[in-house]
Amino acid sequence: MSTTTFHKDTWELYKSLEMSTQLTAGETLAKLGKDHPEIVAMSSDLSKPTRLWDFGKEFPERFFNFGLAEKNMVTAAAGLASTGKTPFVSTYASFLGVLAAENIRTAVAYPNLNVRLIGTHTGIAMGFYGTSHHATEDISITRAMANMTVISPADGAALAEMVEESVKTYEGPIYFRVSRGREEPVYERSSEKVQNKIGKANRLTKGSDLTIIACGIEVNEALKAADQLKDQGISTQVIDMHTIKPIDTEAILDAAKETGTILTVEEHNVQGGLGSAVAEVLMESGVNCKFKRHGFYDEYSLIGKPYYLYKHYKLDGDGIAEVAKNLVNRD
Amino acid sequence: MTKTSSVSPEKIDLIKEKAKMSRLETIRLIAKAKSGHYGSSFSSSEIFATLYYHILNYDPKNPKWPSRDRFVMGKGHSAVGVYPILADVGFFPKEELDTYTDLGSPFGDHPDMNKIKGVDFSSGSIGHGLSVGVGMSLGARVDNEKYRSYILMGDGELQEGQVWEAAMSAGSFKLGNLVAIIDNNKVTVDGNTEELMNINPIKEKWENFGWNVVEVDGHNVEELVKTFENLPSVDSDKPTAIICDTVAGKGVSFMEHGYEWHVANLGEGDIKRAIEEIEGGQ
Repeated sequence: MSTTTFHKDTWELYKSLEMSTQLTAGETLAKLGKDHPEIVAMSSDLSKPTRLWDFGKEFPERFFNFGLAEKNMVTAAAGLASTGKTPFVSTYASFLGVLAAENIRTAVAYPNLNVRLIGTHTGIAMGFYGTSHHATEDISITRAMANMTVISPADGAALAEMVEESVKTYEGPIYFRVSRGREEPVYERSSEKVQNKIGKANRLTKGSDLTIIACGIEVNEALKAADQLKDQGISTQVIDMHTIKPIDTEAILDAAKETGTILTVEEHNVQGGLGSAVAEVLMESGVNCKFKRHGFYDEYSLIGKPYYLYKHYKLDGDGIAEVAKNLVNRD
Repeated sequence: MTKTSSVSPEKIDLIKEKAKMSRLETIRLIAKAKSGHYGSSFSSSEIFATLYYHILNYDPKNPKWPSRDRFVMGKGHSAVGVYPILADVGFFPKEELDTYTDLGSPFGDHPDMNKIKGVDFSSGSIGHGLSVGVGMSLGARVDNEKYRSYILMGDGELQEGQVWEAAMSAGSFKLGNLVAIIDNNKVTVDGNTEELMNINPIKEKWENFGWNVVEVDGHNVEELVKTFENLPSVDSDKPTAIICDTVAGKGVSFMEHGYEWHVANLGEGDIKRAIEEIEGGQ
């Protein structure tokens, strides 16, 4: 492992491979592989950036590199699942949840197969590599598929825990949505206790004025925002809604009742993502609550180095705090 | 390939009779639905019958038997010709077919693996089948199983790019346990395949993707039997593509070669004519 320190102006692919310490699916599967012969894994020429290779090098006979052919890979995973395997498929989210969407729907979700899809480098994590490589639609797309579970873990510990749960006890297809893996962690890695359970939201801070419901890497940014808001006299509750489908309805309604104001934060289009999922719960419940969705406002993202991009879109701690304050002060 | 077969003339006659049964049942079921895929079901009838009455290893009492051979229809729209065979060999009672296309019936135009015993994979999205077969064949290899996966595709299906992603991966993974069957009936919905979007030369394409290729008359049961019986070993390093020269609408003179009969509905008089021709056929 390189000791290179990340600088905000540095965005270089090889360095990012070494620094993707939060992309823990491969290492988790490598650990589980011996006791779980049903695990197989595959990537489309991105096994190293997705870190799925950590499993591949331990179990080469159960790892398949499909080259640049995502539709074939996803559908072949479905074929493998039909023989009793639990395939883990990982590539960039723009090429998985977006490019291979029809294959996921027809070959994986419709037959309700145990295929686990892990779309990495989601949102705007690919920075200046281009809007084609950004994925700000994958939650909406996969959420609209019946049978599908949609999970956006906050960090590597959360991903590892829920990957393990998905191997040991979970049935049916799952779409995991993770970032580039270079982010600061939210949870401490622990082999003692499980901190993330599929379908159960985590309330990370208590507060009385505002709730921020976030997913993925925005959970950590929401925690930073909550710290700032505290200094400004706004008591903020932060909820890690890692499972977007099936969503933890009780956590949302409790937050609405306790704080009366909810802000959702995601690096995704506000149309159809986490914010929409939370809005659906609120509207159908009849609970009165001040509410705003924050993310991309039905626009294609600019390119740039990720640090500046997150700042530009107010998806860093400072930006979220500003958006939150405006919401709290809104009439 | 040396083509030998020990199959008795009685067995050959049985397969031919079952192909006829598949066609007659297709007429009956489509008449009930009032719309369906005649042409592309009839072009596959001998292929279906040869597979299910002689080639495939399966157990109707244990449809999920892990060591069974797999059969997947990339061209799922021909399922109406397979359902009667699945019933006939004992996967489910024949009477269940009487619900064909009714609200909530397991039996629709395209097959559903979770609703119909004996269906190894759901289909309907043309071009997925061979990829599913790649996955099944990899699964067999990981489990050290000796079964084969047979994937039926139409010639129009070869226009789908995903087929060639799958063909490339099967060649690259050296899947000797994978068999592609191409029902080359030369028509699609809108017209003749060659004029609409030419996919020829088919044989050379498969060879160039690293496949062993065999060409047969897809309506000649003896030839089909010999071809399937003489497939290379499942441990060989090349998948096999069997290109079947077929006729869309085979068995009913006014349908033969006509793309117009890909999806259609017959009137009462034509149903009578079609049944007479099929029953009178070889």
